[in-house]
Amino acid sequence: MPKLKSVEDLTRVRQSAQERLEMRSRTGTRVIIGMATCGIAAGAGETKNAILEELQKQKIDATVTSVGCIGICSKEPLVDIEQAGCPRITYCNVHPDMVPRLIKEHLIEGNVVQEWVMGRVFSQGIGERLEYEEPVAHQAVPFYSELPFYRKQKRITLRNCGIIDPENIEEYIARDGYAALAKVLTDMVSEDVIDEVKRSGLRGRGGAGFLTGLKWGFTSRAPGDVKYLVCNADEGDPGAFMDRATIEGDPHSLLEGMTICGYAVGAKVGYIYCRAEYPLAIRRLRVAIAAAEEHGLLGDNILGSDFSFHLRIKEGAGAFVCGEETALLASIEGRRGEPRPRPPFPAERGLWDKPTNLNNVKSYANVPQIILNGADWFAGIGTERSTGTAIFALTGKVNNTGLVEVPMGITLREIIYDIGGGIPDGKQFKAVQTGGPLGGCLPADQLDVPVDFDSLVELGAVMGSGGMIVVDEDTCMVELAKFFLTFATAESCGKCVPCRMGGKRMLEALTRITEGEGKPEDLKIISEIATGMENGALCALGQLTPGPVVAALRYFEDEFLAHVVDHRCPSLQCAALVSYYILPDQCEGCGICLRACPAGAILGGKRMIHVVDQSKCIKCGNCFDVCPSRFDAVLKVSGESVQVPEKPIPVGEWSV
Amino acid sequence: MVEDLDLTKVEQIIGEVGEEEGGLIPVLQKAQDVFGYLPREVLQSIADRLGVSLTKVYGVVTFYSQFYLERRGKHVLKLCDGTACHVKGAPNLMSAVQEEFGTGPGETTEDGELTVELVYCLGCCALAPVAVLDDQVMGGVRQSVLLDRVKGCIGNGKEVPVA
Repeated sequence: MPKLKSVEDLTRVRQSAQERLEMRSRTGTRVIIGMATCGIAAGAGETKNAILEELQKQKIDATVTSVGCIGICSKEPLVDIEQAGCPRITYCNVHPDMVPRLIKEHLIEGNVVQEWVMGRVFSQGIGERLEYEEPVAHQAVPFYSELPFYRKQKRITLRNCGIIDPENIEEYIARDGYAALAKVLTDMVSEDVIDEVKRSGLRGRGGAGFLTGLKWGFTSRAPGDVKYLVCNADEGDPGAFMDRATIEGDPHSLLEGMTICGYAVGAKVGYIYCRAEYPLAIRRLRVAIAAAEEHGLLGDNILGSDFSFHLRIKEGAGAFVCGEETALLASIEGRRGEPRPRPPFPAERGLWDKPTNLNNVKSYANVPQIILNGADWFAGIGTERSTGTAIFALTGKVNNTGLVEVPMGITLREIIYDIGGGIPDGKQFKAVQTGGPLGGCLPADQLDVPVDFDSLVELGAVMGSGGMIVVDEDTCMVELAKFFLTFATAESCGKCVPCRMGGKRMLEALTRITEGEGKPEDLKIISEIATGMENGALCALGQLTPGPVVAALRYFEDEFLAHVVDHRCPSLQCAALVSYYILPDQCEGCGICLRACPAGAILGGKRMIHVVDQSKCIKCGNCFDVCPSRFDAVLKVSGESVQVPEKPIPVGEWSV
Repeated sequence: MVEDLDLTKVEQIIGEVGEEEGGLIPVLQKAQDVFGYLPREVLQSIADRLGVSLTKVYGVVTFYSQFYLERRGKHVLKLCDGTACHVKGAPNLMSAVQEEFGTGPGETTEDGELTVELVYCLGCCALAPVAVLDDQVMGGVRQSVLLDRVKGCIGNGKEVPVA
């Protein structure tokens, strides 16, 4: 491919790519498999092999391609079949043993396998409707835009994910890829671009929500010839994976956004700092960068202009704190990733002391769409002060897990119940944690708040990176708060005292509480330390570490009090506060639990009512798990005692 | 344990990565790929070659969780204890592994076959709980399946194909 030397060259390539793709969807057969990390984890690799094998066996001429993640992770592996002129039909949870039947019924007999089908989608994207003629069997399949999971979604950042082949630049170009870059290079000067982004109201998608255009303006105005661009793809929050999905599914949108930003702020070199736990994302970035360079869309004299921009990838080495901007910069410079006080902000003094613009993956990836469709279009989506869409990684105890992109201002209830399909196994919703281990939880009576940057902060939660973890009645909020705190303290870099010592002391207090040694004073200690950390820590990691504990205390104080006053865990989750009893009128003396007990704490014999020796019990719960459901004789309680015989007695001889 | 380390490889690595600014971390990453871990001799050699102190190199190595100063097991099991995995029972998986193989987080079996690591979030939260055995990602992991696969893998020294 010779380098594109002008906007006209790009337009020509786009036209021919569109024609080719149009031809591809009008003729022949294509099998499309979701091969992002989540798909692969669900077994998409094996499914793909089975499909290739079966196609060969049946002598069917079809192309097999891979795409990124379309978001509905709980239905992986996803397989789409596209036949001449028809929309793609998506089948879900396709495992290798299903492949022969799928191919026989769909491709050979021309029917849809109703019980496995999920929806119909055009190669042009979710929400598209085109003129087409298709078999009657296909028409009964709902479009994606009619499925509950997708109905309320609006996909801007993720518009290409799961639709295009991320390793093929032409598919991106065909869908208006790099058109925004061309527009910027021909029609706009630096100030125009910054102004457009500012007017769109785009706020930093890393979580803090600072106005992106304003930030660009700072870097652009900072004195100096050498400036840098950095993309924060160090998505370290457990429970968030939208940056990974964006890169794995549509890497060129990030590249294009960064190149536009480079033009706007006057930077010639950009770095993408990606965590090393994302090997596939890093590989897709390498492929994308090479392709963009080959096409003259990245590198020297982009599209024949005098603007040059180069991108490099820096792999993280495993440190959560490197998601903090100054720590991230230190890491790129090859040092320990320890944050430093701000100001000076990176826009003034960043990488190697040069002015540096630092944004999250999604912030950059939104930019091409803003430039193409205009600031007003973007500002018209969402709420007045939080424009555009938000992406959440919906996980935990919810039926439809996956990535959802929704207009800002939607309520938590809509996300969890309408999109997520509610709580599985008929359990009760208890809380939703937003913003990961540095965020906060919200209880059921806050489900109707609109989700945007400002309203969440008011309620003690944060937008953060977009993790949204739903927990049900079985989750102990004290234990969950302790879990987040364990994570955050382990990741403290140790540079400042409030974070290093505060986190540790707070964790000790919480540990005492979950182990039944807590006192009401511990709750006061926690609040005091939290205030100290919020005000005194050097960076966001330390300042936000107390967040989950403070939010849990705010909304679930009863649960904390139950632990410290009654030494009881209402959710029966804190092992030290739980006891197991064998119900004497239900035990049949079968001996299954006796054999399963690793501590030898169950006394009994054949046809003898078993008894748990509480002094020996290590509370592993094995007896509870193995007791056959027809007896259901093991009871798990907290803070109450159950009347049982002192020693094993023959079955049937128990009376109170 | 005394072993022969081919330190000329350090030179080769630095040549490949280049001596660009901020190159220390990429050099260490590459060196760990080549040597499997980062023994003192290798660190000293990198320090000498890049003209920085061993202290600085050591400081960087111990800061990041991906660098290892000790040799790791032939097979590596990473168990995710990110939030979603935690809620879906990752701690039980870890205790089962610990009971079966006698290795807790960050430890290696005495025979050098298996290293067990606790990691935070591999970004597949929707498929929690997640484990990675020798770079192969497994979602929706059940205890019995996990133990069987690890046993199979350390038993014959080969990767067991996914069911």
